[in-house]
Amino acid sequence: MLEVSGLSAGYGEVRVLHDLALTVEPGECVCLVGANGAGKTTLMRSLSGLLRPVQGAIRFQGRDLARTAAHDVVRAGIALVPEGRRVLGPMTVRENLEIGAFHRSWPRRQDGVDEDLEFVLTLFPRLRERLLQTAGTLSGGEQQMLAIARALMARPKLLLLDEPSMGLAPLVVKEIFATIRRLNERGMSILLAEQNARMALRTAARGYVVAEGRIVLAADSGTLQRDPMVQEAYLGV
Amino acid sequence: MDSAGTVLQLLFAGIGTGSIYALVAVGFNVIFKSTDAINFSQGEWVMMGGMVAAATVTATASPVWLACLFAVLVVTGVGMASERLVVFPIAKPTPLLITLISIGLAICTKSAVMLVLGKNPAGYPGFAGDTAVHLAGASIHSQTLSIIAITIAFMVLAHLFFEKTLLGKALRAAAADRDAAELAGIRVRSTVLWSFGIAAMAGAVAGAIITPLTFTSYDHGTMLGFKGFSAAMLGGLGNLYGSLLGGLLLGLLEAFASGYISSHFKDAVAFLVLLVILFWRPTGLMGTPAVEKV
Repeated sequence: MLEVSGLSAGYGEVRVLHDLALTVEPGECVCLVGANGAGKTTLMRSLSGLLRPVQGAIRFQGRDLARTAAHDVVRAGIALVPEGRRVLGPMTVRENLEIGAFHRSWPRRQDGVDEDLEFVLTLFPRLRERLLQTAGTLSGGEQQMLAIARALMARPKLLLLDEPSMGLAPLVVKEIFATIRRLNERGMSILLAEQNARMALRTAARGYVVAEGRIVLAADSGTLQRDPMVQEAYLGV
Repeated sequence: MDSAGTVLQLLFAGIGTGSIYALVAVGFNVIFKSTDAINFSQGEWVMMGGMVAAATVTATASPVWLACLFAVLVVTGVGMASERLVVFPIAKPTPLLITLISIGLAICTKSAVMLVLGKNPAGYPGFAGDTAVHLAGASIHSQTLSIIAITIAFMVLAHLFFEKTLLGKALRAAAADRDAAELAGIRVRSTVLWSFGIAAMAGAVAGAIITPLTFTSYDHGTMLGFKGFSAAMLGGLGNLYGSLLGGLLLGLLEAFASGYISSHFKDAVAFLVLLVILFWRPTGLMGTPAVEKV
């Protein structure tokens, strides 16, 4: 479904990603683990079109998206839940969700938007209680739920999640990851970048270890959890 | 004239000009929201609204309201064309760059109006002719009442546009977080085009409805732009409702200062207000300092 090859990207003169390759098959949940600064967010930004890669191909369902702008990448079927949640603070929860479905509502409203709104509100009942509250007044966990719900409103085929556990209490992290698992069980393809390797490897079937902008290890989650290097560096064993 | 009449007279004058400043401030705010830049051509669009309406009245003898409507449409188009010509082509637009470019745009706009429509002051009667309304000892130009009514209507429509329509919400989303808006499929660069259109429209409306009271000429834009900018700063830059508050306050201060002290101070009031607000409360009356939760 997603096939990244030879991807190099960076900011100005600084190269962050070097010749990186990875794949996500339909229905899979794949994680990227790695330390702060390993390049996970840069990779997510490149995949979503926010950052134009210097080199390489991002093939998604047979189309190369390496030169496609973010507003068209979401139309192709990839939605990113960005690092730091990035909810639209001055706007209400409902408006955030409407904006999530923007590409399906403008210029003409397509079918299924109301059904999807109902779906995400069932997935996150806390958001239903706060529909008319401005997003900036939500707690961190609720903002993360809203960010995921907003991405789902785009009805993506592949969901990218960048550090969904960042800054959240352990109990909330558990809740968020349970939802990610539930989404995957419903057939959503997911690529998850996460510093919390323990949670990520428990959720994803397969993982890549990213270090200094390169993939240093790729295996199924069980193998990675038993790997001595991974245990020492990321699991704190 | 008795003192109650004087107060009422000044009150209406203040609300009238204050409405104009509020409309100009809306223009500053809309573009500031979408680009973080101060658009120095805002005042020129105000002048152009009056000049085009005046030229239309003279050339076609059409009713004033129709000429004004036409002028608003023309200037809105000019605003959008300006964005496409000078802002859109910038490879890496930064707020400072857009601000500097808008100064050049202002000079070009002013010169173009001068070359096409001439240097003579222009004017036309109010929507209800040059009639006056007498009220408790005060004599109020009927156009002042038209200005107040049109400003209220414009503000209500702008509010509905930004709160109720998907396009309005998309503009707010792009202003709140560019990346997040892009990720949702909004072409953020295109939202700047809409902002320029709305800002030019607000300016043109202001220029078209104030001209019956003040006349206009190609060099009137700078001062009107400055007043509108002061009003925007006073209310809080980036806040639509702050524009109304800032505009009305500035208009009233000006009217009462010129009524009770001396009309020489009229223009100084705006400068004074701007200085005080910059020293005392740079976020404006309704502005809130940027706080971000991480």
